[in-house]
Amino acid sequence: MAFEPVLSRNVGHPEALTVRGYRDRGGYVALEKGLKMEPAAITEEVKASGLRGRGGAGFPTGLKWTFIPKDSPKPKYLVCNADESEPGTFKDRLLMEKDPHQLIEGCLLTSFAVGAATTYIYIRGEYVDAANILERAIADAYQSGILGANVMGSGFRHDIYVHRGAGAYICGEETGLLESLEGKRGQPRVKPPFPAVVGAFGCPTVINNVETICCVPHIIERGSAWFKAIGPDERNTGPKLYAVSGHVERPGTYELPIGVTFQELLDVCGGIWKGRQLKAYVPGGASAPVLSADDRHLRLDFDTMAKAGSMLGSAAVMVMDDTTDMVRVCYRFAKFFSHESCGQCTPCREGTNWLTLLLHRILDGHGEPKDLDLIVSVANQIGGNSLCALGDAAVGPAKSFVTKFRHEFLARMGAAAPALAS
Amino acid sequence: MSEPQAAGTTLPENVRQRLDVLRKRYPTPRAVLLPALHLAQEANGGWLSDAVIEAVAAELGLPNSDVYGVVTFYDLYHQKPVGRHRIRVCTNVSCMLRGSDEVMAAIAQELGVGEDEVTADGRCSYVHFECLGSCDTAPMMMIDQRYHENLTPEKARQIVKELE
Ligand SMILES: Cc1cc2nc3c(=O)[nH]c(=O)nc-3n(C[C@H](O)[C@H](O)[C@H](O)COP(=O)(O)O)c2cc1C
Ligand code: SF4
Ligand code: FES
Repeated sequence: MAFEPVLSRNVGHPEALTVRGYRDRGGYVALEKGLKMEPAAITEEVKASGLRGRGGAGFPTGLKWTFIPKDSPKPKYLVCNADESEPGTFKDRLLMEKDPHQLIEGCLLTSFAVGAATTYIYIRGEYVDAANILERAIADAYQSGILGANVMGSGFRHDIYVHRGAGAYICGEETGLLESLEGKRGQPRVKPPFPAVVGAFGCPTVINNVETICCVPHIIERGSAWFKAIGPDERNTGPKLYAVSGHVERPGTYELPIGVTFQELLDVCGGIWKGRQLKAYVPGGASAPVLSADDRHLRLDFDTMAKAGSMLGSAAVMVMDDTTDMVRVCYRFAKFFSHESCGQCTPCREGTNWLTLLLHRILDGHGEPKDLDLIVSVANQIGGNSLCALGDAAVGPAKSFVTKFRHEFLARMGAAAPALAS
Repeated sequence: MSEPQAAGTTLPENVRQRLDVLRKRYPTPRAVLLPALHLAQEANGGWLSDAVIEAVAAELGLPNSDVYGVVTFYDLYHQKPVGRHRIRVCTNVSCMLRGSDEVMAAIAQELGVGEDEVTADGRCSYVHFECLGSCDTAPMMMIDQRYHENLTPEKARQIVKELE
């Protein structure tokens, strides 16, 4: 599948790490163009492109920007979500490490469109290299007049700061992130009010994912019609980074039109490793319900995945071959959610723990068939009864594994316990 | 490994200077808390003693309880002494699918310690960790600030053995 890379075009071109090298490769042209446009026209262009958020929820980006109140006397902020802690996801790290100026350019255009004078890039604490690369690129941008009091001579003022997290998946949830940015525990807030109205430091705030923001310069430079022509339909548009891991020959980040089928993606990755067969895949990280080998011809886009009972999420595609122990994988996901629950809602805090305990019991060979119904019942009590989407995210994997691979769980009842390392 | 400081400890001058720069980036004083804890921890041999936590609280004018609440919430802050090198092995699904079990076993054997322990000579601390965003090069581990990728048990053992 030949596709001219857009977002990853500077991967393999380390000269793009400097302002000069980035400009030589066509960078900051979109910013120059955008700064001459009306801010509202930038938002309109992004709206028309059909771009939907790449952080997980797929919310239309241009529409989100229009929720920022125009008449508020308060400062406005852009927060770039670079927390990237969804298991299986590593695409934003690539974007930040290999092309930091693309992100800076996107932050500037987004901020210009919504009238924000400050961007915080909230990056997970473990991404030390990416944070350092961003800091260097930002310093270079200040020196080159691309950041600061007078962005490219336009009179627009903008500052970008990198803010490091400290190891907590829940800080990827947008309001958990805002709490964390403000120096608190990352416990999600009750919504409404939404961040567009009451966000960082009580002020109107746009929160977008790294990849979402990186799409913006290309939309401004080449136009919404170009962007919209990529992808299967009006609701799923643009280039997409797929992070493929697990049992494939060549794991990695692949940029393809959104909406390729799983099989097409698998072919690009060299197929299942060791000549084995596909058993299952998870299309969007730990939070996405599992799909089986029968679902291999589904398109990896927001709507197709939702219709299939799963979700595209962050497009972290985890591939499992026919030797995979599905009980073990299910348990490991449950353990992840239980560890990462922030603890403020009882159904999520207690429920994720019970799911983990039940699955551990089955894994250990001490489970009973009725435990499977109990797992579904506990999961149903978490879903819809929790404050943020982590609770719901924990439900999908547990229910889908237990339902679709029930025979594997039943085969474990009374079976001897395998040694467990994690 | 540093000894716990006495109560009334203040933060090192270089940390305070760095904080003065960072404060200008935020509209509220509290927003520098996470960066402050990172800096204080680095300056204290990689962990946060009670005295250091309370020094951060004093520096920022926050109640101790607030700062303890934050420290305990995040995985990258440590309230116990750590080794000179911090080894974090990813155990999440993508790494598990490609052999992190064997890597963990090799490391535990090489170090002679279990999960969440520090070697007797204070050289290494060893923990299991959630996904570190490097699943395409699984299995992997992070030692101090560096990622080590595409591990085999032998490779992991060799890397750990060579740590000073
Ligand atoms: C538990 C949880 C973790 C999340 N983690 C991330 C993350 O690491 N990165 C991200 O961009 N979005 C993450 N999100 C989604 C954000 O809440 C938010 O929808 C997103 O940043 C919006 O940006 P977008 O519209 O550009 O996708 C997470 C959501 C939940 C519920
Ligand atoms: S659903 Fe879970 S993670 Fe989300 S706020 Fe409630 S307890 Fe915290
Ligand atoms: S699962 Fe190990 S780095 Fe992602």
